[in-house]
Amino acid sequence: MSKILYTIKQALQQLLRNKTMGLTSILAIMAMLLILGLFFVMSVNVNLFSAMIRQDYNYVEVFLKDDITQSQQDSIISSMESIDGVKEVKYRDKTEAMQIMKKRWGDSGYLLDSLGDNPLPNSVLVNVKDVKDATYVTDSALKMEGVESIKYYKDTVDKLTKATNFLQLASLIIMAFLIVVSVVVVSNTIKLTVFARSKEISIMKYVGATSWFVRGPFLVEGMALGFIASMLASLITWAVYSKVVDFIGDQTMTILSSPLVSPAYMAGNLMVIFLALGLSVGSCGSLISMRKFLNK
Amino acid sequence: MIVFENVTKYYNGNIGLEDASIQIADGDFVFLVGPSGAGKSTFIKLILKEINADSGRIIVGDKDVTALSNREIPELRRNIGIVFQDFRLLPKKTVFENVAFAMEIIHCSKSQIQKRVPQILNLVGIPDKADKYPDELSAGEQQRVAIARAIINRPSMLIADEPTGNLDPDTSNDIMELLHQINMSGTTIVMVTHAKDIVDRMNKRVVAIESGHIVRDDIGQYGYDEDCISCQEDAFLYE
Repeated sequence: MSKILYTIKQALQQLLRNKTMGLTSILAIMAMLLILGLFFVMSVNVNLFSAMIRQDYNYVEVFLKDDITQSQQDSIISSMESIDGVKEVKYRDKTEAMQIMKKRWGDSGYLLDSLGDNPLPNSVLVNVKDVKDATYVTDSALKMEGVESIKYYKDTVDKLTKATNFLQLASLIIMAFLIVVSVVVVSNTIKLTVFARSKEISIMKYVGATSWFVRGPFLVEGMALGFIASMLASLITWAVYSKVVDFIGDQTMTILSSPLVSPAYMAGNLMVIFLALGLSVGSCGSLISMRKFLNK
Repeated sequence: MIVFENVTKYYNGNIGLEDASIQIADGDFVFLVGPSGAGKSTFIKLILKEINADSGRIIVGDKDVTALSNREIPELRRNIGIVFQDFRLLPKKTVFENVAFAMEIIHCSKSQIQKRVPQILNLVGIPDKADKYPDELSAGEQQRVAIARAIINRPSMLIADEPTGNLDPDTSNDIMELLHQINMSGTTIVMVTHAKDIVDRMNKRVVAIESGHIVRDDIGQYGYDEDCISCQEDAFLYE
């Protein structure tokens, strides 16, 4: 216990007495976290947006012929239900379809009354778990007896899926690249701190300090730097993101009808990620940069 | 006790130390003399296991240094105090902290440290400098701090690598007096030096190393003449 306290005390002293180096490390870690955060925020929102759109388009509407029997209709519904990846199957008769259409037309809905006989077909709404399953559903539905036609926004969903996948991959690559770059930058910054104290380390070794005794304070210091940097980065990202949500939100929310991820939720998640990254970059950085000095 | 048995160390084919055998008993005071590059530093680095011998055996205290693993080095060094020509104090720590540092490393309690450090500072003659930083001290005072740090854990031996090299003659004499006292209390002292007057006056055991070989081991004088070119160079360097 006293060893741990000693290590923490030493680390804090080192931090206070080497403010410039500490500040440089904090800035370096913070910069990488902020850039990383930017990509994270972007990709989370793109994902949310695409998930919402997919939600709207993840059903296949199977229109039934007018002249089918009840048993044919039942068998279509039950065979739809038995397909893998189908979440829910709902029957919608032509009356209900007309009501929906009227509602959609709003004030002009009365125009539909003049049609006399309801020309809309009965249909079955097939909700799929994932848009990927939709293609199989449409294929098998078309083969069924009594099915008139199918409505499904295949092209839109396909394009959206491709775009989202591409964006996800791109941001993943960029984030991985950024992490590598920042580990290099941070370990070099910490190497400067360690180098500035190589004399201290060599004296410690002469007086009989074990490697972990020497390493401990530097490790804690690196972690503390990472901690401070990740807290600052979280705060900045949260503040900036809140402003952005306030600003964009007012104008886009109505158009896209999809809100951005809430700042509080985003900040919570980002803080966890930032902390994990900051602490590991800080500690790895100090361990890597100390290796050379301890092999004496 | 320090024992070298046929110890040899080469650096890329160049002789560092060759077939050196010597025995230094507990409580001895030994001057290690010789021109620069003769092998004095190699001798000391081997004792501290900063480098490994190519062959031969080295015993320090009750430990076979040549057989020690890296993990056991800290333990070895805690029993050896070391003082350098350039003091090697930590500039951002106070005198008290610089000395306490050696005790913290072996996990002494705070109360032990609070008690022992002032005692040692008093012993080395700087009881009133505890709160000063090294750059606020004279060279002699800094060397006293370094000696305090070296002996605070009561090592059985003290290695002094040209401890008076950066000091004026009067201060050098004070430091030698301090080392003499430490030796009187039973600590073995091995001191590397180029200071002829000090060696001549102290009249202790003198081990001379030249080109990696121990060429002399007796009690008495420094033994190098003024016309020894390398000694003159050294004297110039370290004046």
